[in-house]
Amino acid sequence: MSELKGWKELVPGGLIVEAGNAKEYKTGDWRTEKPELNPEKCIHCFFCWAYCPDNAVIVDAEAGKMLAFNYDYCKGCGICAAACPAKGAITMVPER
Amino acid sequence: MAKVVGFNGNAAVAYAMKQINPDVVAAYPITPQTDCVERFAEYVSEGLVDSEFITVESEHSAMSACIGAAAAGGRVMTATAANGLALMWEMLYIAASMRLPIVMMVTNRALSGNINIHCDHADTMGARDAGWIHLFSENAQEAYDNTIQAIKIAEDLGVRLPIMVTQDGFIISHAVERVEILEDEEVKNFIGAYKGRYPLLDLNNPVTYGPIDLFDYYFEHKRSQIEAIDNCLPVIERVGKEFGELSGRNYELLEGYRLEDAEYAVVALGSTCGTAREAIDSLREKGKKVGLLKMRCFRPFPRESVIEALSPLKGIAVLDRSVSFGGFGGPLFTEVRSALYDAPSRPSIINFFYGLGGRDIYPEDIEKALERTEEVVKAGKIEQHIDYLGLRE
Repeated sequence: MSELKGWKELVPGGLIVEAGNAKEYKTGDWRTEKPELNPEKCIHCFFCWAYCPDNAVIVDAEAGKMLAFNYDYCKGCGICAAACPAKGAITMVPER
Repeated sequence: MAKVVGFNGNAAVAYAMKQINPDVVAAYPITPQTDCVERFAEYVSEGLVDSEFITVESEHSAMSACIGAAAAGGRVMTATAANGLALMWEMLYIAASMRLPIVMMVTNRALSGNINIHCDHADTMGARDAGWIHLFSENAQEAYDNTIQAIKIAEDLGVRLPIMVTQDGFIISHAVERVEILEDEEVKNFIGAYKGRYPLLDLNNPVTYGPIDLFDYYFEHKRSQIEAIDNCLPVIERVGKEFGELSGRNYELLEGYRLEDAEYAVVALGSTCGTAREAIDSLREKGKKVGLLKMRCFRPFPRESVIEALSPLKGIAVLDRSVSFGGFGGPLFTEVRSALYDAPSRPSIINFFYGLGGRDIYPEDIEKALERTEEVVKAGKIEQHIDYLGLRE
């Protein structure tokens, strides 16, 4: 989360008055486990990218490369690791 | 010259609603409020108002429709009573939390069980913590006047909160009285045009109402709601004064009757204040220094004004027409007694429960309450803080 506001700074009624602000809510801090990528074993099949429910897999589509996880939004669900056909390319490790 | 008509409380409020001409009314019939909404439905069918009238399948839906319409940017009204208000419960809190200026007339009626359709204040007192402004009316005239003022109070940019205007079921709602009404044009000018803040229908400025609000912000939002309702008192006072300039009938947060030199007083809500005036006049003729404090505004509770009015007295009888089961006294007693804790001098206070389920209260009951209060003060000791009027042992 970014800096939390005090009660005097809030919009009356608890409304959200700007559109497209869901990305400001960094849901990554909900995570108890996180996926770790082993680039040497990754076959760049993009299965993790296709399965990720949070759009938290960063790829270079033109180069055909899986690059990293976006930990700001990855909730640590482990679907990427389960879907990964390359054994050992994605490992779930406890969040510290 | 003001126009004078014969209206019961329901008709008076329905007429005020006609003159207010709200964008949306969503309501469900329940005794003793039915008569009010029925009359308003006639105004709709006769084309005398522009209001969208939504007939719903329950009060929960009525308040939900009101919330939606108010969030969309409309001026919105409804009416209910008793179990209908109880069915609105969760939506009442949502309306207040979203700061939607909905105006609701409630004919005060006992809550079940057993089933009773007559007056007590259990319904709105149960909703006193929901975040709504809560105005009581002594008679049909005040129900009419309060309804018009409620629009202006609720819509004030410093307020933007829902208001319930109450009148005692049957006692006011079904008794025809002399009511002075304003011209349509006067009401229209008094309330002015409404402009919704953050209306959902403003497609260029999309907003979200009621998002999930967890441990990171919920507390701050509640704190700002506390501030909002506390800040209403000066607005209610100002609108009461402006209404006085228009109609000749001035309104304050509370009203004292023969209180200036009084030693003993009753504190009451609603139609009982009329009965109390009789009792006080009669005791005054016998040389007793007694008076009445009528609480018009119960939420927000006008603490400072209560201290100012009651602190100089020797003894107070607080009349409660509803029970807070297991609590130390009724809702009015608890508030008044708590406010006086910091007062420069503290009068003795006795709580009298009365009138539950529409049981009549007579001037003699109120005389008895004042006499008992005087006895307690003279004895210098309160043996019994809570007593009953008009109850068979």
